[in-house]
Parts: sequence; structure tokens; C-alpha cells
Amino acid sequence: MIHFRPSLSRTLIVAATALFATSAFAQSELKLMAPAAPGGGWDQTARSMQQVLMQSGLTKSVQVTNVPGAGGSIGIAQLVNNSKGDGNQLMVNGFVMMGALLTNKSPVTLEQVTPIARLTAEAEAIVVPLNSPIKSVQDLVTAIKADPSKVRWAGGSAGGVDHIAAGLFAKTAGADPTKINYIPFSGGGEALAAILGGKVTAGISGLGEFESQIKAGKLRLIAVTAPTQREGMATPTLKDQGVDLEITNWRSVVAPPGISADQKKTLTETIDKMVKSPAWQEVLKQKGWDDAYLSGDEFAAFLKAENDRVHEVLTSIGLVKS
Amino acid sequence: MEAFTSLASGLSVAIQPMNLLFALIGVLLGTAVGVLPGIGPALTVALLLPITFKLDPAGSIIMFAGIYYGGMYGGSTTAILINTPGESASMATALEGNLMAKAGRGGPALATSAIGSFVAGTIATLGLTLLAPYLVEVAVSFGPEDYFALMVVAFVTVSATFGDSPVRGLTSLFIGLLLGLIGIDILSGQSRLSFGVPELYDNVEVTTLAVGLFAVGEALYVASRRHIHEEKLEAVRGSLWMTKEDWKRSWKPWLRGTAFGFPIGALPAGGAEIPTFLSYATEKRLTKHPDEFGKGAIEGVAGPEAANNASAAGTLVPLLTLGLPTSATAAMMLAGFQQYGLNPGPLLFAEQPALVWGLIASLFIANAMLLVLNLPLVGLWVKLLAIPQPWLYAGILVFATMGTIAANPSPVELIMLTIFGVLGFLMRRFDFPIAPVVVGLILGPIAESQLRRALSISLGDPMVLLQSPISATLLGIAVIALIAPFALKNLGRFKAVED
Repeated sequence: MIHFRPSLSRTLIVAATALFATSAFAQSELKLMAPAAPGGGWDQTARSMQQVLMQSGLTKSVQVTNVPGAGGSIGIAQLVNNSKGDGNQLMVNGFVMMGALLTNKSPVTLEQVTPIARLTAEAEAIVVPLNSPIKSVQDLVTAIKADPSKVRWAGGSAGGVDHIAAGLFAKTAGADPTKINYIPFSGGGEALAAILGGKVTAGISGLGEFESQIKAGKLRLIAVTAPTQREGMATPTLKDQGVDLEITNWRSVVAPPGISADQKKTLTETIDKMVKSPAWQEVLKQKGWDDAYLSGDEFAAFLKAENDRVHEVLTSIGLVKS
Repeated sequence: MEAFTSLASGLSVAIQPMNLLFALIGVLLGTAVGVLPGIGPALTVALLLPITFKLDPAGSIIMFAGIYYGGMYGGSTTAILINTPGESASMATALEGNLMAKAGRGGPALATSAIGSFVAGTIATLGLTLLAPYLVEVAVSFGPEDYFALMVVAFVTVSATFGDSPVRGLTSLFIGLLLGLIGIDILSGQSRLSFGVPELYDNVEVTTLAVGLFAVGEALYVASRRHIHEEKLEAVRGSLWMTKEDWKRSWKPWLRGTAFGFPIGALPAGGAEIPTFLSYATEKRLTKHPDEFGKGAIEGVAGPEAANNASAAGTLVPLLTLGLPTSATAAMMLAGFQQYGLNPGPLLFAEQPALVWGLIASLFIANAMLLVLNLPLVGLWVKLLAIPQPWLYAGILVFATMGTIAANPSPVELIMLTIFGVLGFLMRRFDFPIAPVVVGLILGPIAESQLRRALSISLGDPMVLLQSPISATLLGIAVIALIAPFALKNLGRFKAVED
């Protein structure tokens, strides 16, 4: 049990009443679903949002629930079927859910939810073992053009952002994406071990997964897939090195279908205020997430374009039969 | 002896009163969640992360480590007393431990598990202190083909859990392998045998299967036989404490269990379950009391318990030296580190020595705390067995159901629990061993995916299994383990003829 000291709780009450007096909560109560088990990226996003929303007094109570399973397919099904028209419900999702819904042939699609905003993005990094003959993106392009199957990629789950990025890289480099030799590892650093041990040609995963190894000089960073370099770290982009490819692992929030225009407006405003708060900027810095805030119709358009692109890649690497 | 001076300065961090308090909270919480089937240390750390955000980093990371060790302890208590392994790593403990409890030897079983965990945890933490930088080199050089070979060794030793009939044992194992096929295939991303049920995409949860087969199955079986033949449970027969004989039979298994647990725990894809099976199989083979296996042999508790605690310390090797989280709990601890802007990895030891050594030192303290906490409780725990059977088993059913629901709130999970419970009942009724099913579910998918990864890397050439020295050695051990019993038997026959 955690007991607040009386003085502390009194301060909290005073602070809360003061807030109430000046500006009513835009959103008094919010339910936030992370369609994954505690600990992963979506869960951390949801819990960071909870922390910021409540600390900055934007929302009186925020409740985080976890609905794990099948890359978010179970969570989104619950959102669409059970929360229709609920203006206090949000769900965290992201790039990975798109691939999962397509490969799982989910009956529920992202077109059914109400897009609210894209929040963060994480660049993908391509790394090679230190003793690898591959020194640059051009070397990798040459190798993959010569024989795509001899370039062994290590990364996260099949059909996830790492796999898609590897497929897109092959395609952009002018090789046949159906022939790539991508070896999925179940998260948690198994892929990293295979790269460090020199078992594979290249590794592809979120920059955060490799960052400390790169800084310690145990892995060679070839390129990141983000549009720009990371601040304070030498991270050459693919575009800088002549490969026209941009892909980030973005995360966003969406609301259930069937909410009113007013409800949508309130939710969007709450998130807008949250993103602009110093507390959120602090969270981004801590977690190494890039700010990728995009809301309203622009976000809806982005979602659609991204879905088309994912569908195309997954089909071309043979994970989705069209 | 730089490591020892660092450790000494770490101790000075760990014995600060606030950090001691955090360690205590950690081990208490850990023991509590370890006892509950389904709720593991990973979930607990995840739920605590946002709360600990404001705390001092050293304190909360020390608390997380306490939870981790405590969870390993707690899981064995329920495994021994009510045949409900709280974590899958306690399953091997349940095999002999519960039989001991039923024979009135619950006290010594709990004691050997507590002391064995302490011994193993301490030795393994020492190993972490001294060997971490070297061990990690070996761990990283383990490729998919080597993991596959390790799985083959594990498969060969599984037969130790078969009981009297190899045919029945193999049948059970294949049920487990079949269940292991359900869900999304990790290499191709396609779902298999899931019949469009989204809950099945994520594979059959090991804890759901173990709790269903062990706890629910047992409850149904006991209920079905109540009127035919009432089993008399004696809570305590003989001493509540370990006798001199018990000590003599326990210390070697503790050490061997540690020798399995620590290195395998340190492998990025090693895990806690495999060393417990290997330890169980080894003890069964080496024991001087083979007749007692299957009736409650203390070696079968001492070894696996030491192995699972040692593997918990092993997991910290890749986490601290490489930033590789190799278990769900380690992944959560990594998130904990990152929350404070700390990046575990090659630089952590250099950049944050006080924190790292404070953590390692507090592992020693957490271990000692757990021993002090658990030994006096042994007497209290065994009283559980004096509860009238109908109440006890009704309680177990509630417990099992709640734990499953808490871990995975879905009706499908409950239906699976029920099906596995009925399966467990039928298997008991018709004398099929239960453990191989769970072993199959754990080992099958790992063996399959590692073999396919190895073949992907070698572009389909199976020779890779023999070209890697580690893999070739392990496969050699597997062949010897498989052939040796037959060869020895025939040798014995020859000798008999010669005489």
C-alpha cells in the first residue's frame, strides 16, 4: 500500500482544485488501451502518455489496459466491436500493427478506426559486424544485387517493420525482394547476439536496440532509414548515401469508430496539448523517440498511404497473398 | 582482484538503509507473485515501472532484482505443496517435490529448495561478478545451429521424465510438440493450426498448459477418486527439517544444478526451463536411490531448484554486459534502466560502476533475505496440506483460474485451461506422464526455429550442424547419452556370459 503523506495529498487536492477553477479538464477521464503485453513499445507509449496527461493536469484520470495478442489484432478487434462511439477511449498502435493485420488476414482493419494523431517515430538502423567486409551502403547494395539470398539479414518478427525495411531496401537497391534471406528472431536481443557473433551479414532493427553497441564500437552502423540524422550522433541516412528509401517505426493513437465530431475534436485537442507539454518532450528525450506529431486529416492520409505501401511490400516478399 | 574491490564498494551502496528496504520490498513482492500461477515477475516489474519513475535509480533497480529472485523462490513453494508450478521454471520441481509433500516430507522439500536456491543464487552471483566479461564472449558465439544441438541434448534427456513406459512417455511428448505448432510460425509469419482464432496466434501459453495439466488435472483426479479410495495426506512425517541424510543427498545436486543453470541462463536464448530439465535428468541418472524417483526423491527437488535460481543470475550476464535482455523480466529491467537514461551495454560497467556493483551486491543481500524469510515459513506452509482435501483443491482451482485470467484476460484462455485440465485428468487416469507434454511445448518451437534459422544462414546446407565446434560437441554428447545406457546394458550381459 502506498500512503500519501497528508501534506502531499493536501497539496495535490489544492493543486487539483486550482486547476479546476481556472480551466476545466478538456477530458476528465480517458481509457488508454495498449494492444500488447506490458513492457513493449506500445505499452511504454501508453504508460508515458498516462504519466504526462495526469501530471500536466490535462486529464483527471487515465486508465491503461493491456490487451495482448497477435500483433495488436485482438486489441483492435476489441476497440472496433466493444467501444463503438466511446469518446473516452483511445488505443495506441503503430506501423507494426499494419503488417500484423495484413498477414493475419484480420477481419478488422485500420480503416474502421478514427485516426487521432501520430506521436513518435523510431529510425531503423542497418548495422554489420565489425569484421565485415561491408563498409558502406554501396557495398551492401552491391552484395544484395549480386545475390540477394547471400545477404543474411537478422531482425525482428516476420512481417514486422524490420522485415519490411529489408524488403524495401532490396527493392530500392534493384534486387529481387522475393529472394531476400531474412531471418526473424524473437525480440529481446537474440538478433543482436547473432549480429555480434558474426552469424549474419547485416542486422536491421530500431536504432535504440543497437545504440549502445554502436557507441561502444562493437557494431558498425551503415545507415539509418530516417529522413534526417539523429542529433548528437553520427547517423548517415540512406538518402545521403544514394538509396532513396525512408521508413520509420511510427506509433500513433486512434479512437473507436462512430464517435461524434465533437468527441473527436476534444480528443485531438487533449493529445495536441499533451504533445506540446514540456513533460512529453522530456519523455521523448529519455526514451530516444523522435517527435513525429501529425494529426487530423493529414494523419488520416498518411495512414492510408502507409497501409498501401506495407501491403505492396508484404505482397512482394510473399507474406501476403493478394 | 579488481572485481572484489568493486564488489565491496557495491556492498556499501546496497547496505544503505533505503536500498535495503527496496530489496526487502522486492523480495516480498517477488515471492508473492511467484506463488500466484500466471502472474510472473515480468508483469510485476512492468506494473511498477511507472510508479518507480520518481525514485532513485539504484533503489528501484535493486528492487526489480529482488522481485526477480523472489519470483524464482515463490514459484517453487506452490509447485511442491499443491503441484501448481507458479512459473514454468518450477515445473521440474513439482515432479518430485509434490510427491515428497504427499509423503509427509514437504518440510525437507521446501528446505532443500530454499537452501539450494540460496547456494545456487550465491554461487551464480559470484560467477556474475567474476566471469561476466568472459562468459558473454562465449554466449554471443552461440549460433542457431548450436542452440539446436543444445535442444537435441535436452530432448535426449527428456526421457528421464517418462516414468515406466517409454511408449506412453513419447505419446505425451508428441502431444506437447503438436501443441507447440499452434500459432504464428516465427520464421514465416504465417499462422498454423489456429483455425482463425486470434488468441491462438500467439502460441499456447506454457503456464496455461502447466497449470491446466498439473493443478486442474490433479484436482479433477482427486475428486474422481474420492469415493473409491480416500488418499490420506499426512502433513508431516518425521522431521520438519532436513536430516543429515537429506543434506548429504542435496549438496551435490545443488552444485550440479548451478553448473547447468548459470551458463545456460547466460545464453541469449537459453532460458530457465532447459537447465531445470537437464538437472532433473542428471540427478535421476546419478542418484544412489533410483527407486525413490517417482515417489519423491530429494535430489529431484534440490537440483532443478538450484538450476532455476542460477539461471536467473545468468540472465543478468548478457543484460549488464551487452544490454541483451534474454527473459521477459530482463527485458522489463532493461526498460527500467532506460527510464533513467542508463543504457546497459558494454559501457555500463565503466560509466555507472556504483549502480552496477550496487545491483550485484544487492543480489547477494536479496538472496540472504529470501533464505531468512523462507526457512521459518516452511512450518507454516506445510500446514496448508492439513486443510481438508475438498477445500484445498477448491482453493487450488480458484487460484489457478485467477492466475490465468490475470495473465491473459480472455475467455479463450479459460477454455484452454479447462481443456488442458480434462486432458491432465485423463492422462492421470490412464497413466500417461504429464511433464513430457510441457517439455514438448517448450522445446519443440525453439528447436524448430533454431534449426530453420541455421539452415537459412547456411543456405540450406545441413553440414553446418557438424561444422560448428560447439554444435558438433553437443550432438556428440547427445549421441553418447542416447547409446550409453544400451551399450552398458549389453556390456553387462557379456560379462554375465563370461562368468
